[in-house]
Amino acid sequence: MELPLDFATLRLIWWALMGVLLIGFALTDGFDLGVGALLPFVAKSDEERRMVINTVGATWEGNQVWFILGGGAIFAAWPFVYAISFSGFYLAMYLVLSALILRPVAFKYRSKRPEAAWRRFWDGCLFVSGFVPALVFGVAVGNVLIGAPFRLDSDLRAFYEGTLLGLFTPFSLLCGLLSVSMLVLHGAAWLGLKAEHGPVVERARVIGTVAALLSLALFAVGGLVAAFGDLGFRIVGAADPNGVSNPLRTAVQAAPGAWLDNYGRYPWMMLAPALGFIGAGAALLGLWRRSEPLAFGGSSLSALGIISTVGLSMFPFILPSSIDTQSSLTVWNASSSHLTLFAMLAVTAILLPLILIYTSWVYRVLWGRSTTAALRTNPDLY
Amino acid sequence: MIDLAVVDLSRLQFALTALYHFLFVPLTLGLSFLLVIMESIYVMTRRPIWKTITRFWGVLFGINFALGVATGITMEFQFGMNWSYYSHYVGDIFGAPLAIEGLMAFFLEATFVGLMFFGWDKLKPQVHLLVTFLVALGTNLSALWILIANGWMQNPVGAAFNPDTMRMEVVDFMAVLFNPVAQAKFVHTVSAGYVCASVFVLGVSAFYLLKGKHRAFAKRSMTVAAAFGLASSLSVVVLGDESGYTLTDNQKMKLAAIEAMWRTEPAPAGLTVIGFPSLKDRHTHYEIKLPYVLGLISTRSLNGEVSGILELVAVAEDRIESGVVAYGALERIKDNPQDIASRALFEQHRNDLGYGLLLRRYVEDPRTATPDQIRMAAWNTVPNVPVLFWAFRFMAGIGLYMIALFAAAFVLCTLRKHETRWFLWAAVLSIPLPWIAIEFGWIVAEYGRQPWAVDGVLPTFLGASSLTVAQLWTTIIGFALLYGALAVVEVGLILRTIKKGPSAGHDDEAAPAVADPPAVA
Repeated sequence: MELPLDFATLRLIWWALMGVLLIGFALTDGFDLGVGALLPFVAKSDEERRMVINTVGATWEGNQVWFILGGGAIFAAWPFVYAISFSGFYLAMYLVLSALILRPVAFKYRSKRPEAAWRRFWDGCLFVSGFVPALVFGVAVGNVLIGAPFRLDSDLRAFYEGTLLGLFTPFSLLCGLLSVSMLVLHGAAWLGLKAEHGPVVERARVIGTVAALLSLALFAVGGLVAAFGDLGFRIVGAADPNGVSNPLRTAVQAAPGAWLDNYGRYPWMMLAPALGFIGAGAALLGLWRRSEPLAFGGSSLSALGIISTVGLSMFPFILPSSIDTQSSLTVWNASSSHLTLFAMLAVTAILLPLILIYTSWVYRVLWGRSTTAALRTNPDLY
Repeated sequence: MIDLAVVDLSRLQFALTALYHFLFVPLTLGLSFLLVIMESIYVMTRRPIWKTITRFWGVLFGINFALGVATGITMEFQFGMNWSYYSHYVGDIFGAPLAIEGLMAFFLEATFVGLMFFGWDKLKPQVHLLVTFLVALGTNLSALWILIANGWMQNPVGAAFNPDTMRMEVVDFMAVLFNPVAQAKFVHTVSAGYVCASVFVLGVSAFYLLKGKHRAFAKRSMTVAAAFGLASSLSVVVLGDESGYTLTDNQKMKLAAIEAMWRTEPAPAGLTVIGFPSLKDRHTHYEIKLPYVLGLISTRSLNGEVSGILELVAVAEDRIESGVVAYGALERIKDNPQDIASRALFEQHRNDLGYGLLLRRYVEDPRTATPDQIRMAAWNTVPNVPVLFWAFRFMAGIGLYMIALFAAAFVLCTLRKHETRWFLWAAVLSIPLPWIAIEFGWIVAEYGRQPWAVDGVLPTFLGASSLTVAQLWTTIIGFALLYGALAVVEVGLILRTIKKGPSAGHDDEAAPAVADPPAVA
């Protein structure tokens, strides 16, 4: 059967879609994670905490699906990436899963009993389930930029030579902190939109300002490391974008500084890091001038820019190997079959717009600030 | 060589997390539709008690749903974490239904479930009902896509091995979607979920009636559960998934193991009601048989033959020998992708490659296997007969009991004899039974699939990740502690909510004066 799109185009589309899903996750569930991480610091009394929890109470569950879907879509479109990254980062993944398992339960169960200790415990869980994934995701991205310690044998079975602690290098920690500050900023901006005016929003403004400054600084340092540090890989010779999905058939070498190659070749890509900075700057301005939409728009743009920067810098690499460069995964050698990419694109093209439509509708129905007064009258609230 | 300790621990972890996840899923599947029924009655009659009923069961739904979601996250990522080679080997096919599940089903249920709980005052009753319906639709579509994925593991249609990418790839998506095994499993599984939720509602309502509390609420809930449960329990048994068991050699093997049928009998074969199968003697002791029944059920004909275990092992031995040829050809293709002769040879034997791989339990290179090893590998295709035999009988026995329970419930509710005490006790005591049956059902389906991860394609032991025993123990203990603690909390909250009863915090002061008006909190 002749498919209307060639293999290379589909791979490119699915690489972009992987970015869309990660950005969708960061923009929606990102503020849920940020709000979780902020909870103990911006809200002191039980009423304040409940008010904060209810800014995301009704919608976090749908937002989290971006993450689940990200996993499923990577499985379907990039099975090598799914297989190698999740088993290679095994214990780190376990940490994220444990934190995320606590989250639905913490939301649902926290206010079902009146005891202060019970509620404090679940507040702690909400903090952990916001902070830990934000940190580990960033650390994981850092390790993807560094290259993961895996090799493939001739059956394409993956073997690893890394430990959990080995994941925490200075550069990956920098990425982890950037991820935390980016999502905390996003969470603080969200609270500005959805929490009732008062001490909670003021505390969120202060923490958000620190997070925005930190994001700007860490993102800049990350760029310097990419330019002058030991990061980067290059394909040796020409890769066939329509080639067989077998990583062992591409030759790759480590090439410090190579993560900046694409910006020379395609200057338009510089838009991404620019957005990372401009967005965080705009968020800062919004927080300072108490313009909530500007703060939230800015933090959204910043997350979009920062995540896109990672993807564009590495293109066409998705997961390079630090111990056996030959095994590195790229857009051209790690995808599903031509037919699967096409079929999944058709399904996505129908369903993703529908998702966006009904999600927007749900947000519209639930629009409005979360207030402490509502807690006293509405027994449904968390 | 593959580290079998890692494989066994990975299997243990998968079984634990899947069985645990599957404690919450069935109740979600069924209770969501029961909520739709209850809320529909509310929207049609506008009697406040039906709103109270919907909201009370909704609270319990929410507590259960939270853990279903939480434990489902593990399932989505565990394939990559623990079954890395499996994920590579079949991701081209298996990943697609999981991704579609996210797009079509999980997004739907997760987006609307918040609105279902928080939208009572923000939506018109009809619109709220629609939201509840979309949640139910989402949960059930979720089951559909997961079972399409699982159905493919049981009956891998529409795919072929590609020697260049060293994996299975899709050749026919429609065949994967309309896999008859997947369809049968879907109907069977969601019906089981409906039964589970019906028993839950029935049992809790019976508990209230025994205590003489919330009687108007409990009688109405019970009537809904009785009708829904009767239809579902009939469906779960009649549309059991035995119909798929004649399709492939491995499905035939599973059927033979369930029935402990060691030798092919002249058609139509008899059904062993009870007996004591022995793996060592390869014989079932003290068996009591119903003549003809098995052949009729499983082949839907008088002359269809049901294969016995010994005959299927002989088939497996032939296929292993053919698989060794496929393996040899594949090794030559890996060395020289242009080797036309080896590619042609591979084509002839490709369907048996998976059987050849069974030998990698004993030798690094299947071509060097001895005849003894081939015989052992052929016997490996037999799942654990006594476990399957008994697990199936417990499951089926409970299934039949459920029909009786709901038939009684339906008759009593119709005659308005809700408060028949022996029946109320039976209903309360029956609450755990559907869960037991469902867990046994999982064991029959998935333990019965062994030694295969994907029937005839990939042996389970080859699918595992290259992890260490220490890593696995860390996560197994971690999951066990976390899941154990959450189970205690969840059961505690459910019991607390049931004890508090339907009136708490809800506006049922307008409940009709049929029975005792519930106290307003």
